[in-house]
Amino acid sequence: MTVFVAHNQVKLALHTLREGDGPSLLLLHALGEHSPGAVPAEFEAWPGRIFALDFTGHGASTVPGGGGYTAEVLMGDADSALWMTGPATVAGRGLGAYIALLIAGGRPELVRGAILLDGPGLAGGGDRPGPLNIRGVPGRSTTPDPFALVELSSDLRPPDYVTRFAELAALNSGLDPAIAVCGKSRPDWLKAVAATEGVREMELAEALRAFAGARL
Amino acid sequence: MTSPVAGPADFVTFPGAVRPTRHHWVDSYGVHIAVCEWGASENPPLFLVHGGSDFAGTFDVFAPLLAAAGWRVIAWDHRGHGDSDHAALYSWDADVRDALSVLDAITPDPVPVIAHSKGGGMMLQLAETLPLRMSKLVVIDGLPSPDPHPDVSDHEQRRFSSKNLAAWLDHRRNAAANFRKPGTLEELAKRRKRMNPRLSDEWLLYLASIGARKDADGWRWKLDPAIRFGGFGPWRPDWSLERLKTMTVPLLGLTATVEEEMGWGTNHKALEPYLPPGGRLVSFENTGHFIHIEHPRRVADMVLDFLA
Repeated sequence: MTVFVAHNQVKLALHTLREGDGPSLLLLHALGEHSPGAVPAEFEAWPGRIFALDFTGHGASTVPGGGGYTAEVLMGDADSALWMTGPATVAGRGLGAYIALLIAGGRPELVRGAILLDGPGLAGGGDRPGPLNIRGVPGRSTTPDPFALVELSSDLRPPDYVTRFAELAALNSGLDPAIAVCGKSRPDWLKAVAATEGVREMELAEALRAFAGARL
Repeated sequence: MTSPVAGPADFVTFPGAVRPTRHHWVDSYGVHIAVCEWGASENPPLFLVHGGSDFAGTFDVFAPLLAAAGWRVIAWDHRGHGDSDHAALYSWDADVRDALSVLDAITPDPVPVIAHSKGGGMMLQLAETLPLRMSKLVVIDGLPSPDPHPDVSDHEQRRFSSKNLAAWLDHRRNAAANFRKPGTLEELAKRRKRMNPRLSDEWLLYLASIGARKDADGWRWKLDPAIRFGGFGPWRPDWSLERLKTMTVPLLGLTATVEEEMGWGTNHKALEPYLPPGGRLVSFENTGHFIHIEHPRRVADMVLDFLA
């Protein structure tokens, strides 16, 4: 089942991959991807409901005109989804991993653990500005939006900025760990996050078990 | 897309204020940008860039002074501001891209630009990226500063708290259903006064008459309610300062000396080491953020001299 959630002018597609009782899991896809059509094998062990969100400009969500994508706006996408799902563990791939970190810091009362996994868009645009590209790209109405691919692959992630979100998640969620780093890649921002108190590197299966049992 | 305002409400005027003589639209990758002009169309183009939460009509006194000196003065409303489209997404880079769309729609040649507040920061980015696109740049209280800028939305202010992060998310969550509060023109002017305490009541009333639309239940500022004053983001002031130091476009910077809520907080002395070769700073004593509104004639003369 898919419902659409409003985030400003964008209609976000929120898919229910598994109904049921128990804790909720929200999946966030990587850059240029979209939500899976069924529960991925690696998440089969999750004991409760499973949702998946298509970010703005991706999957079945709206493609807005003229770009303007930022990771922070996508954090708002994730927040809109949490408004529908209620408290949930958030697992993100690539770009979705970065967004999972941001929303864990932004809504520590709603995010019952963030799981960061490898995938496209994990690195972002580094920790300081490089060559700038301010010309637009040819627009299209189908997803993924080319503006999203360009703008969200160059967003800046200086370590002191990103670790602030990890600190807020650790400080305000009541979880330990609050964030699980489960991928293999370690761009600079993720190295800094992994070294933050309240963040732990672990296998995905272990993280799922830990967060499924983390009920306040 | 709304229709551009052709003139102010017929009962509100302000000494020296002249509405633009021409209006047109520029399509910036699907976002319709409202562009307005003062002066003869055959004159050389000169671009004015407004700041955050403002709109092109804030140049209604300043622009005619430049037009009278022989310039084709062109300004536009940033996305979500004034008569331009309310967009689904807003970002610093998108604003710079829209600016380039407007420049490209007028001429492919290098052009002089005068930019206020956030517009100044945007134009520094444009000058760094496409230095041959700009012949000269005047920045009015919009040069970078080691301190965070209050009206830089979604760009800076990295030292955020959980409280203001949650408030930002709350605002985003409700953005689809938000409307600006209706009121009389006088009430809108009074609200604006809180942000611009140094500007006269008469000017703010005039501003409300051209920056608001009349609905059945009252006047509302046209500014997209999804846009929120303040924000946060990963940008560091140091990067702007480094950008400034290496700029090749001739620069004149005007700085305020009285701090205001919308002010840029530029520290004149701290900025001097970062000026590009030939760059010049002029500090305005006992003047707030809107230097060109407090001293339109003086700023116009200074700018015209710089552009000559």
